[in-house]
Amino acid sequence: MSHRVRVDPIACDGRGVCAELLPERISLDDWGYPIVDDSPVDDRLLPHAKRAVEQCPVIALRLERIRFRGDGDHRAAAAGDRQAAP
Amino acid sequence: MVAVPALVDLDVESPTLPRLLAGLTDNLAEHRRQYPAPPLSARPRGDITTAVERSGLRGRGGAGFPTSRKLQAVAERAKGKPVVVVNGSEGEPASSKDAVLLTKHPHLVLDGALLAAAAVGARDVVVAIDCNATRALRSVSVAIAERTRTEPSSRIVRVAAIPHRFVAGEETALVNWLNGGEAKPTLTPPRPFEAGVDGRPTLVDNVETLAHLAQIVRWGPEWFREQGTDAEPGTMLVTITGAVEQVGVHEVPIGARLSTVIRNAGGSLSRARAVLVGGYFGAWLSTDQARRTRLCDEDLRPFGAGVGCGVIVVLPKDACGLKETARILGWYANESAGQCGSCVHGLAAIAGGAADLFHGDDAVDRLIRWAGQVEGRGACQLPNGAARLLRSGLVVFADEIERHRSGQSCTELDA
Repeated sequence: MSHRVRVDPIACDGRGVCAELLPERISLDDWGYPIVDDSPVDDRLLPHAKRAVEQCPVIALRLERIRFRGDGDHRAAAAGDRQAAP
Repeated sequence: MVAVPALVDLDVESPTLPRLLAGLTDNLAEHRRQYPAPPLSARPRGDITTAVERSGLRGRGGAGFPTSRKLQAVAERAKGKPVVVVNGSEGEPASSKDAVLLTKHPHLVLDGALLAAAAVGARDVVVAIDCNATRALRSVSVAIAERTRTEPSSRIVRVAAIPHRFVAGEETALVNWLNGGEAKPTLTPPRPFEAGVDGRPTLVDNVETLAHLAQIVRWGPEWFREQGTDAEPGTMLVTITGAVEQVGVHEVPIGARLSTVIRNAGGSLSRARAVLVGGYFGAWLSTDQARRTRLCDEDLRPFGAGVGCGVIVVLPKDACGLKETARILGWYANESAGQCGSCVHGLAAIAGGAADLFHGDDAVDRLIRWAGQVEGRGACQLPNGAARLLRSGLVVFADEIERHRSGQSCTELDA
């Protein structure tokens, strides 16, 4: 069972705490908002990921369980659909 | 003596081309002579979805998602009392195809919406129309009132006027607005088919898509496939603007040569500087690229473009591509819902960078970096559209960028 981090871009305020606590998965863009690498978080990294989630002042970071191989890939597919508008 | 028209004119032949733009009428009796009221109560739900699946119909709002899969996803959740939303937001600035259908053939769209409702087991249909599209709003309202007098099944349809802004038409924004919230995208999942209007499974389909659906049920999926390509069957409505004589909405088979489509609207690629395909949400094509391509996703994909909602802008030869690109990216920055940081700041930065490019600054590197940084970062697709348009502009107008950078006057000023 592995996990991955996800950010809610609407809730995120760009405080940048997560990038400090989990630089292995999170970097910041030119405006200070987190760019999240959603590759699996292994056991070694998990405590750090949990801390990053707990420390987010606006509760915008989440740790998601990957249930099976390819789980969540539909999101990438859905991202290709637009519009209905954007 | 007044001749009483037959209820169904059996002599009506299936239209070849145009299809959607054939037999336009806002009169119910006239419409019913072409499209007899389908006996919905007797129709098992599977029929409609199967016909749509066989037809290969894809959404005409821009995403091009297979319509039958959307129908199935909602039909599977029929216990949750589904809702059908007709997306008539048409937020793409240059597009007017949905307004044409809603205004000139409202009953065809309503037929499609009611057939979709029957297919998914919905007892509520909402037609969502931009609040500024007053003619479409009036036409649909009148059409619904007229139908409910003679066709009680139409009582489940109502109209909603939605805010005039691009992201209001994004399906989660539309649902959020109908639920009493702001017309801004929400985090997915859940998507509307899972939890939409009133928390119920919701089918959101574009106006033109539902008009095609009504024709597929009327004339059959094999008829539908007589036009278009195997992968992308049927016809599509296109809104052509710019350097053409017949600006406006035309109907073409998907897969028609882009040069033919432009020529039939009274334009010519030899008099064009470039072509914007797919509208603001699409991509620039050079005239050479445009000459080699058909109007279908299969051909346009290699250019990072797609048919989208069918907008084609023919940029005249004496216009400046950089200026136009900067103008559209300025529009993008303005249309941000202001929710996601990378979108708010990124689209503003990109708009500024594109203006710098026009003024001769060497902004290409930072624009490319920003395009990468905004892509896939928003709750909706708005930043992705800006990145796509920008990238295509950097390629197609590379020579103009160089002219501006080296201080030579631009094509527009030369003219």
